[in-house]
Amino acid sequence: MIEQRLWLKSSHDLTGKIFRVNWLFVLLLCALATVGYVALYSAAGGSPEPYATRHIVRFAFGLLIMVCIALVDIRIIARFSWVAYAGGVALLILVLKIGHVGKGAQRWLDLGGQQIQPSELMKLGLILALAAWFHRASWERIGNPLFLLPPLIAVLIPVGLILKEPNLGTAMITLMLGGVIFFAAGVRWWKFILVLLPVPFVARYAYQHLHDYQRARIDTFLNPESDPLGAGYNIIQSKIALGSGGTWGKGFLQGTQGHLDFLPEKQTDFIFTMIGEEFGLVGAVAVITLLILITWGALLVGLRCKHQYGRLVAFGIACNFFFYCFVNIAMVMGVIPVGGVPLPLISHGGSAMITMMVSFGILMSVQVHRDVEFANTDND
Amino acid sequence: MIRRDVNRGTVFTRRALLVGGAQTLLLGGLAARLWQVQVDEGGRYATMAEDNRVTARMIAPQRGRILDRFGSQLAGSLINWRALLVTEQTVNVRQSLDNLSAIVPLTDAERARIDRDLRHGKSFIPILIKEFLSRDAMTKIEVNAPDLPGILVDVGTSRTYNYPYELAHILGYVAPPNENDMDGDPLMALPGLKVGRAGVEKYHDLALRGRPGVVHLEVNAVGRVIRELDRTDGINGDDIGLSFDVGLQLAIQKMLGDDAASAVVLDCRNGEIMAMVSNPSFDPTLFATGVSQAQWKEWTKDRRTPLINKATSGLYAPGSTFKMAVALAGLDAKAISFHDRLNCPGHLDLGTSRFHCWNKAGHGALDLHQALKYSCDVYFYQVALRTGIDRISAMAHRLGMGTELDIDIPGQRLGLVPTKEWRQSKGHPWELGDTVVSGIGQGYIVVSPLQLATYAARIATGRAVQPHFTRRIAGAMQPGSQPEDWPDLAVPEPMLQAVRSGMFAVVNDAGGTAPRARLAGPFHLAGKTGSSQVRRVSRKQRESGTFDSKNLPWEFRPHALFVAYAPYEQPRYALSVVVEHGNAGGIVAAPLARDIMTEVLRRDPASRQDGPAQVADVKS
Repeated sequence: MIEQRLWLKSSHDLTGKIFRVNWLFVLLLCALATVGYVALYSAAGGSPEPYATRHIVRFAFGLLIMVCIALVDIRIIARFSWVAYAGGVALLILVLKIGHVGKGAQRWLDLGGQQIQPSELMKLGLILALAAWFHRASWERIGNPLFLLPPLIAVLIPVGLILKEPNLGTAMITLMLGGVIFFAAGVRWWKFILVLLPVPFVARYAYQHLHDYQRARIDTFLNPESDPLGAGYNIIQSKIALGSGGTWGKGFLQGTQGHLDFLPEKQTDFIFTMIGEEFGLVGAVAVITLLILITWGALLVGLRCKHQYGRLVAFGIACNFFFYCFVNIAMVMGVIPVGGVPLPLISHGGSAMITMMVSFGILMSVQVHRDVEFANTDND
Repeated sequence: MIRRDVNRGTVFTRRALLVGGAQTLLLGGLAARLWQVQVDEGGRYATMAEDNRVTARMIAPQRGRILDRFGSQLAGSLINWRALLVTEQTVNVRQSLDNLSAIVPLTDAERARIDRDLRHGKSFIPILIKEFLSRDAMTKIEVNAPDLPGILVDVGTSRTYNYPYELAHILGYVAPPNENDMDGDPLMALPGLKVGRAGVEKYHDLALRGRPGVVHLEVNAVGRVIRELDRTDGINGDDIGLSFDVGLQLAIQKMLGDDAASAVVLDCRNGEIMAMVSNPSFDPTLFATGVSQAQWKEWTKDRRTPLINKATSGLYAPGSTFKMAVALAGLDAKAISFHDRLNCPGHLDLGTSRFHCWNKAGHGALDLHQALKYSCDVYFYQVALRTGIDRISAMAHRLGMGTELDIDIPGQRLGLVPTKEWRQSKGHPWELGDTVVSGIGQGYIVVSPLQLATYAARIATGRAVQPHFTRRIAGAMQPGSQPEDWPDLAVPEPMLQAVRSGMFAVVNDAGGTAPRARLAGPFHLAGKTGSSQVRRVSRKQRESGTFDSKNLPWEFRPHALFVAYAPYEQPRYALSVVVEHGNAGGIVAAPLARDIMTEVLRRDPASRQDGPAQVADVKS
C-alpha cells in the first residue's frame, strides 16, 4: 500500500507520465493519419496540395495537443466535465442563431477563419458529463429511475438541438453514444428493452416529420437506382468505385472514379471509397482492421482503469470513434443513408481532426492517470 | 466501498467487452459486405466504371468528291471549324453563349436559331453554334474553355462546289437531314451532317457519305475530355466519277446564252452523258446560307424556270423530230416499205378535218428518204394512219421516249407517247385525228430532251443504251461503259439505216431542212429538226397568210428542237437541243446543234490522240 502510494507520487513526475502514455496506441494513430495522407495525396490528383500536407500538419499539431492533454490530471479534467458539457450546449445554441448554412442545415461556426462543428465538441462534452454523473453512482443507485432522469435529459438536450440544425446523422450518433454509456455504466438490461421496443413506431412518426432532403436520402438509400442522376448518384458512384477496385485495387493514383470526379466529396466523406478503389479489398480491409485495433486500444484503456470516471470516459471515446468509422464506411457502401460523417484521421477537415485528437488526449490522460485516487464524490 | 467499486468495475468490464465485441462484429460485417461488392460483384462494377470513364464519339467521314470524266473536281469538301454546344455539360447556357459571343460575335439571327435548336434538341446532342470559324477564333475558344462550359470546337467539313451555278441541276446540293432522312445510319446523329438533296448528291448519297470512325475518350464526371484512348478512323465517302465533261458543259452553256434552253450530249455507244445543260440555272449554295425572299421570288417568277432541270423534267412535244419513230414503227409493222411513195398535196383531209403540211404547196409524191429530208407532214400523217397509234407508241417507247429511263439523278419526268388505252382510261375515245397529229409528234405526245438524246443515240447505234452519269465509284469502272453492256434494240438494221440516211440528207443534202447543222471539216452530222407548236394555229390565221409565229407573244411561240448524232459514218455522239419558244428548229436549234457537236468532236479524246493537227483540222 505504501509502495503503491510512493509509486503514485512518482507518477506526478512529468517523465513518468510520458512513459505511461500508450505509445503503441499513438503509433496506431500515426498509421491511420499516414493512410489519410496517402489517400488525400491521391484525392488531390497525385499532389500533396491542397489536402495532404495540411492534413499531416494538423495531425502533428493534434498530436502535440494530445500529449499535452494526456499530462493533465484526469481529476482536473473531471472537475470541468459539466463545464465542457455546458460549453457544448452553448455552442449548439449559438450555431442555431448565427451558424453557417451548408446543405440546408446550420452546422458550422466560423471562429476567426476556422470553421468548427459544435456537434463534434458536444459529443465530447456529453461523454465527460455522463461519466462524471455515473462516476458518483453506486450499482444500487443506478437502479433508481429517478437517478437516471438528469443524465437522460443531459443526452436529450443536445440531441434535440442537433436535430434542429437539422443533422439527423449526428443526432442519432449522439443518442446512441449516450445509450452505450448508460449501458456501460450499468443501467439494467430491461430498461433498454423497454426504450427500444417503441423505436419502430417512433421511426415511422419521425420519417413523416423529416426534412425533404433527409427523406430523399432515406428513399434513395432504400432504392438508389430510382434517381441515378439525383440524390442516388453519390451512392451509386461510390459503389461503382468500390466494386471496380476489386481484390487488389486499381493501384495508387489509378482510380478512375475518383480522379475523373465521378466520386463526390472524395477528400472528405468518400475518402474510404477512394482507398477501396485504388487499393481494393485488401487495402480497405487493412484500414478496417486498423480501425478495429484503435477501437480496442481505446476500450482497453477503460478496462485497465481503476476509477469509474476514467472507464466511462475511455469507453465513450472508443464508442465515439467507432461510430464515426462505422457510419462513414457503412454510408459510402450504401449500407446506411448518407450522413455527412467523416472518417476520423483520414478525411480532410480540420475541426473533426482536432476534436478527435483532443478526445484521444483525454483518453491518454485516463491511461496515464488510470490508478489515481478520486475524491469520493458519491457519499452514500 | 471497495466491494461496490469492484461490483461496478465487473459490470463495466463485462459490458465494455460486449460492446467492443459487437463493434468488432459490425466492422467485420462491413468487411464482409466489401467482399461481396469488390470481389463477387466486382466485374459488374468494373464495367460500370468503364462506362463512366469512356465515351465514344463518332468521327465524321469526309464526303466523297464528285469528279468529271477527266478527274476534274466538281464537288469537294472544305475544312470547317465549328463551335458546338452540349447543353447538359453546362449549368448556365446563357452565360456560356454570352462568354462565347465576346470572342465570336453572334448575330441576332444566329441567337434566334440557337434558341430554336435549344428548345427542340436533346440535352446531350451538340447544337451547332457557329460554322466556318477562323483558326484564330478557334484557338481563342480553346484557350478560354474554362469560361465556356458546354462549348466545344470540332473540325468538320463543308461541301464546296467548283461550278455551283453551272452544275446545279446535275449535282444537286446537300442539306441537313430531316426526319424522312433518318434511315438508321448512325451518322445521322452527327451535328452538321448533310445529306444529298437532289441530283448526283442525292442519288449517290450512301456511297458519298462513307462510314463514321469512332474515337474513345476518357472523360470526367462533367464530360470534359481527359485524353484520347484510341481511335478508329472512319472510311471517307467514295469519290464518284461522272461521265461528264465539265469543259464541254461550260462551252454549251455559253452557246445557249440566256435563252430558256436545254441540251443533252450522250456518248451514243454506251449512253454516257457528256453534258446536260439546262439554261438558265441557279446557285444552290444560296440554299445553305438562306435564300432571300427577293431571290426566291426572282427564281419562281422567271418564266424561264431556272429551278427546273429542263433536260430531265422539261416536257415538250417532239414535233418533227418524232418522225423517225413513226417511220420505224411503220417499217417494223410493214405498213410502209422503203420505197413506197406517198403523195403530199399540201394537206390531208380526214372527215371534215383538214391537216396541213408545213409546205402549203405540197411535196408531191415522195418516199421515206425524201419525206424525212423535207420533213413532209402529210407523208407521216399517212404513215401514222397506216401504222396505228399503239404500234407508234410501242416503237417510241422502245426508242426511249415517253418511258422511264435509268438515269442516275432523281427527278426525271416520263413524258407521254399515248396509246388508245391511255386515252380511254381518261374517259374519251381515241380519235383518228389524234393518230394523224401523232405522226408529226404533236397532240398528246410530250418528251424530255434527255429522252430525245437517248432516242437519237438508239437510232444511231441500234442498241438500247440508257443515259447515265456514273462512270466510276471509288475509282472502279462501273458497268455500262462498254457498248456490249447494252442490249440490241431489236429493230432490223436496214430499217435503222433507212432512217439514218434520211437524217443524213436533212443536214447534208441540198434541199434538206437543216443545212445550218452541217459540220465544217471531215465529219458528217445526221439530224432532224423539230418545231413544236404550243398553240393550235387557226384556219383563219393560216388562210389570211399573215400568220408568222415570230409575231406571237414569247410564251406562244413554238419550241425549236433538234436531234442529231455524229459522225454519221461511225456514230459516236448523240445530242438533243431544245430552245423553248425558239420558233423554228431548222433556224434556231440546228446551228446550236452544229456548234455543240463541233465542240464535242474537238474535245473527243480520240481526236486528241490523233495529234494537234487533227484537232486544229476539226476546229476549222
